[in-house]
Amino acid sequence: MRNDTALITEQVMIAPDIMRMELETGIAADTSCGQFIQILVPGYFLRRPISVSQVRDDNHLSLIYRIAGDGTRVLSQLKAGVTLDIFGPLGHGFPVIDEDVVLIGGGVGIPPLIETAKRHIMNGHHVTAVLGFASDSQIFAKEELESLNAEVIIATMDGSCGVKGTVMDAVHEYGISKERTVMACGPLGMLRVIGAYFEHGYVSLEERMACGIGACMGCVARTPEGDTLRVCKDGPVFEIGKVVL
Amino acid sequence: MDLRVDLPGLHLKNPVIPASGCFGYGREFAELYDLSLLGGIAIKSATPKERIGNPVPRIAETPYGMLNAIGLQNHGVDYIVEKELPWLAQFDTEIIANVAGATEEDYVEVIRKMNASPVVKAYELNISCPNVKHGGIGLGTDPKLAAQVTRMAKEASEKPVYVKLTPNVTNIVEIAKAVEEAGADGLVMINTLLGMRIDLKTAKPVLANTTGGLSGPAVKPVAVRMVYQTAKAVNIPIIGVGGIMSAEDVLEFLYAGASAVEVGSANFHDPYACPKIIEDLPRVLEKYGYQSVKEATGRSLFYEQNNYRT
Repeated sequence: MRNDTALITEQVMIAPDIMRMELETGIAADTSCGQFIQILVPGYFLRRPISVSQVRDDNHLSLIYRIAGDGTRVLSQLKAGVTLDIFGPLGHGFPVIDEDVVLIGGGVGIPPLIETAKRHIMNGHHVTAVLGFASDSQIFAKEELESLNAEVIIATMDGSCGVKGTVMDAVHEYGISKERTVMACGPLGMLRVIGAYFEHGYVSLEERMACGIGACMGCVARTPEGDTLRVCKDGPVFEIGKVVL
Repeated sequence: MDLRVDLPGLHLKNPVIPASGCFGYGREFAELYDLSLLGGIAIKSATPKERIGNPVPRIAETPYGMLNAIGLQNHGVDYIVEKELPWLAQFDTEIIANVAGATEEDYVEVIRKMNASPVVKAYELNISCPNVKHGGIGLGTDPKLAAQVTRMAKEASEKPVYVKLTPNVTNIVEIAKAVEEAGADGLVMINTLLGMRIDLKTAKPVLANTTGGLSGPAVKPVAVRMVYQTAKAVNIPIIGVGGIMSAEDVLEFLYAGASAVEVGSANFHDPYACPKIIEDLPRVLEKYGYQSVKEATGRSLFYEQNNYRT
């Protein structure tokens, strides 16, 4: 966890309002799957927490993020050659476990699953990635995951590609067993359904953050016992059953 | 360059203190730098019992600032005395314990339980929180109630008591004078300004709590004005707080009458904000012709007395 001046080496729109940004930074060497970095966007007060989609090597990170407001819009307009004030890596990401895994991502929740897929595949495990989108025009990360040799299943709400419906409709249609270990990131409603179906696994939560290091108590979740968890520091990845969804 | 500041109970090696609520108990920032660099630390508010705080979202960004509605989440004074204060003892910095409560008796209870700790050098009363015995209004919005809680805290306390004033009042000078008369050893000002944001898609408030406290550079001119007006009217030291991001901002607060400063949400913008400000402060003081922090304190008050505008 440290501050760095990162160089943008590439920035492209890969789907409507979805950007992929490549950064040159030594922070990459310490970054694991499911962790995030805080980016200072010029002219904005709070840093933007953005999850790492791939650790290319010890000196290069890839980020995929959605243009969600003015700050990320300004960020999306920065070109290769510009430097950014970044801070990280932050939080506890997905574990790399010694078995085949099911990864489920909804929309902009997909990015942290890419590095997670890569690390499991590198260890010789099979990865099934179920990706949910509104329609086929929104699809991203499919080729990236396929090039890593993950098995990719697409679900679209309007049925324009893959299974018509949600990621859970795809899980049922493909007969994915509830006994497999799942790792998921996406809207809270989606995580809730996943947490209810799968017997074990991990979910990554999203919350509005300030400090990003666990000091301000701005982003909290609860344990079933009512204790407090900090999404930025104790998470963003939590074991299913250990956090109230 | 002499950065030292001596205040009741507080021998600060420099005037920079992370503000309560923005720094926890220092554990997370201790992973980034040596906390002994800091003049002091105002630790997160302590209440008699554990408080779980407000629902999320608790944070919203605003132009040049932010809103927060954490809800005084803390483990309660017993836990803090047992776990957090002993850990803080390893650092060579002055610890200010921020005290909050829903009744006047809550403040007394927290202070009595912290008195025995050698780590705590002074108390800072957070009188901005709603008071259950007085119809939910903040003690800090009424001169009589503010004076009363100050008196009770002073009676219970074995250490100097600073009162952190809320800016959400018509006349902050009146409140400041009331707590001075009640025996306050110093003032900390200002707490956050009550604000709100509404989501354009849903038409609902962004914060789950509806309203929250505004902080950051957006509030700095309000804070400077209030410190300035108050410094002219009281004879106890003021610790200035509100939107400080740089050593230049520190100097502006010193000019307005502050003896030291607290740095709050700047820690979120840049987690190294405090050590950077401390490192830069000698350069800025020297640039404007000062050999010490003390020399700069209250500098602007002098000009008004001499009618320099005419």
